[in-house]
Formats: sequence, structure tokens, C-alpha cells
Amino acid sequence: MGRQRLRTMNVFIPSPLRSYTGQHCVQARGASLAEALADLDRQYPGIRFRMIDEQDRMRPHLRFFINGAQTFDLSLRLRATDELAIVQALSGG
Amino acid sequence: MAAALKKIAVNKSSKPAATRRNLGAAVARSPAPRAAPVPAVVLMVATRKGAWIFHGDASRRRWRADGPHFLGHIIHHLVLDPRDGRTLLAAAKTGHLGPTIFRSTDKGRSWKESVQPPAFAKAPDGQAGHSVDHTFWLTPGHPSEPGVWYAGTSPQGLFRSEDGGTQWEPVLSIHEDPQFRQWKGTSQDGTPDGAKLHSILVDPRDPAHLYFGMSGGGVHESIDRGRTWSPLTAGLEVVAGFDAANLAFHDPHCIALCQSNPDRLYQQNHCGIYRIDRPSKEWVRIGRTMPKRVGDIGFPMTVHPRNADTAWVFPMDGSSVWPRTCVGGSAAVYATRNGGKTWKRNAAGLPERDAWWTVKRQAMAADGNDPVGVYFGTSSGELWSSRDEGRQWSCIAQHLPEIYAVEAGRLG
Repeated sequence: MGRQRLRTMNVFIPSPLRSYTGQHCVQARGASLAEALADLDRQYPGIRFRMIDEQDRMRPHLRFFINGAQTFDLSLRLRATDELAIVQALSGG
Repeated sequence: MAAALKKIAVNKSSKPAATRRNLGAAVARSPAPRAAPVPAVVLMVATRKGAWIFHGDASRRRWRADGPHFLGHIIHHLVLDPRDGRTLLAAAKTGHLGPTIFRSTDKGRSWKESVQPPAFAKAPDGQAGHSVDHTFWLTPGHPSEPGVWYAGTSPQGLFRSEDGGTQWEPVLSIHEDPQFRQWKGTSQDGTPDGAKLHSILVDPRDPAHLYFGMSGGGVHESIDRGRTWSPLTAGLEVVAGFDAANLAFHDPHCIALCQSNPDRLYQQNHCGIYRIDRPSKEWVRIGRTMPKRVGDIGFPMTVHPRNADTAWVFPMDGSSVWPRTCVGGSAAVYATRNGGKTWKRNAAGLPERDAWWTVKRQAMAADGNDPVGVYFGTSSGELWSSRDEGRQWSCIAQHLPEIYAVEAGRLG
């Protein structure tokens, strides 16, 4: 699917990452979760590395939900109607 | 990320109540300020919950706190570039977000994130690669190489930036070397909060001459700007029962190079205090002359900027399960003024009892003034200073978060 044909999807941003986006809901494009995160990083440089390490592993306590269903698969295919929620679990003192 | 500027709980009395009386006497005895202006000292304080910059007045008696910067971030190191006196780099992460580097070119008024923070190379498919948990150590490059910085990470990695900290590249001579991978060990071998590469030292006479330490993994030296490395561990002891020939068992806690005599280095090691005088390749344990009841275990190692015979350590309780607190709960800096032949306890003004804290390896520093100011931050969030080379101490601030690092510098 060409990038020009991708519609934007809503992405919900947790508070620890709002210093990048400035808002709790932003838009991203991508045919997969990996592509959507890459698009987020293009818009908000540095945000991806705070969530995904250099080995493409999700960082601990960072969770991704597509339409309310948790996924650990960066290659998961996405539709333009999907909603991506990034959830930052907080723990510790 | 905007830096907040506000006063915090600076202890204007400069002393906890338990010992305030002693300080008052000390201040009363202090000589009158010199007529010549003394360059203002700033202290860069990195903590578990953010960073502060403390601005001293000319006398170094009064301090103004600028912070917190990055409140809630874990700041392992905050370093001022001595080459321009205005660029600051902060090694940051939060409890759950990945690591990054923030950079300020206006003395901390504003900050910008690195475009490419330190990160290991992506491992080939099917192989488990390392990922940087946090950047632990930052070192500005040689004065002849403006813009060059080095970073040490946990797990052990060495990174270099040539653009002032905006983009970082791995030093592949270490990361891709099978021997280094073996020396670094596994997550089973690291210190409690992760194995670290630290004490990145640049010879002031030669930008190609570098040292670093790994906990664990030993001390290493390069004379070709990091293309090749040689171990420098002869004479260093390891924990009884382990083989000193295996560098994985070496745990240098902190290494310091004497700017006034770059052939001399001091080291606080897991197994004692050492000195080496190059070109010798053998460390000599100089901590044997410490009082037996105190021992020579600790983390920080700070050297005098103009006198290579003078250095300071902060011993800790390294007995039994390693409480890592002041020995017997009595706080004291120990100073040598003869290259380690003898050590003197410097405790005036420090708590004589109930000091159940310690000083981490990056949390002690010296300024360049005359007499030298010595500073340390505690795991209990107190910032202490001495304006007379360690003889008399006073508390600058209390109630900070756990202090990870203290650096002294001068703004340009």
C-alpha cells in the first residue's frame, strides 16, 4: 500500500512522552505498527528510541494496544481506522 | 524541555543541626576574602530524580540552586564543557523510557535532545544484541578537538560524538571485539544497577591517548584514538578465589588522571586504592596505608588539579555484605598529600555519627581554585563542600534526591 493512500490513525500518547508531542492524541501513518512508530519519530524526533531499543525490542513497561488489544508484534498490520494507544506502566519509587 | 529556575531547599545555615555549632566556629575563624576576584564555581549535580546546577559566589560560601532540570528523570551525569564554559550534556532516562542525552549550549537555560543518542549496533537476525540501558559517564574531548565527547554506558559501551553530543557513534573496536565481549561478562556479572563503562580519560598532552574502566572488565588504554586497546590491570587485585588474569573479574570503581602530571593515575578499585606512574604498566596498592579499621574500599577518587601528590577518597564499609555506608556511621574524607604514602582523615564539619550514606563513584569533584574546593554528594541527597582542600566541610544543600554525580566547573 503506498504511503499516499494511507490514512492517518489516532495515536494516544502517555504523559511521559508528551514532552515530545505536546498533546495526548496525535496522528500517524503506517501499514504496520513499526511504520506508525517510524512516522511518529519523523514527526517527533527521538520519541521512538524512548519506546523501542536499538534491537527493536519494546522497552519494559511500555505497552501498545490496537483497538484495545495488546500487541507485542511490531510487524502487526494496521488499518487506517485502527486506534493505537501507547501505555506507559508506572512502577517503582 | 524547559529548565526550571528556582530556589530549592538550600541549607543557608550550611550545616545540619547536629553539627552546626562546629561550622559556626569554623566560619568565624575563616580568613577575610581575598581582594582578587576568584572565578565563580558551578557544581553540576546529577540525581536519581533530576539535575541541579549550584552557582557559588566568589567566596564559595553561598550557593544558588538552579533546578530541578528534568525533574523525574534519572540523571547519571551532568557535565559542563570546559572548552567553552557554556555547553552542558546530561545523560538522562526515566524509570521506564529509554536513555537519551540532553544538550544545552546556553548554560542550562534551554535543552535539546540528541538526534542520535548512544545505542549499540543492531545485531544480525537471530542474534541477541545489547541495548543501552543508560548512559553513565560523559567526558569532553581534548581541547584540540572541539565538539568531541565520549560516553560510557551500561551495559559497557564506549561512544564518541564529534558534533558536541548531537549524534553518537559506537567505538566498534570494543563492541565488535570477542575478547571485550568476554571481559564485559553477562548481566549476571554486573554491578547491582548494571555493569558500566566509566572513567573515560583523555591525556591532556595527546588526544589519541585514552583510558577507561569497566565494572567489570578492567582498565584499558589506547594510544591511537580508540582504534586498538591494551589492558592495564597488572598489580590490581581481584576478589579472593578469582583469577586476576581474567579481566572479567577486575572491578575498577573510579580512575582519575592528574592534569598536572598526566603520567600519574589514581584508582579506587573494588579491591583497594592504587596509583600508577607511567610508563610503568603496574598499579601499586597505596591503600594499604589507610587505617585498618577504615580500609581502602570505596567508590570516588578525586585528584588535585595542580599537585599530583594530593588526592581524596571517601571510604565506605566494604565488610561482610558490603553495607556501602560510612564506616561505623562516621563520615570522613581521606586525603593523601604524598602520593599515597600516608592518608589523613578529614572529617571536620562532617557528621561524626549516624551517617548511614555513601558517596558514589561520580559524586566527588574538585574545582580549580586556590585553595582547591572539594565537593561531594551523598546517597541521602546532601551536597557538601570544602573550601580548603578537604580540611573543613560544610553542607551546601539537603533533601535532594539520591546524588549520582557531582562535577565542578566554571561558566564561560
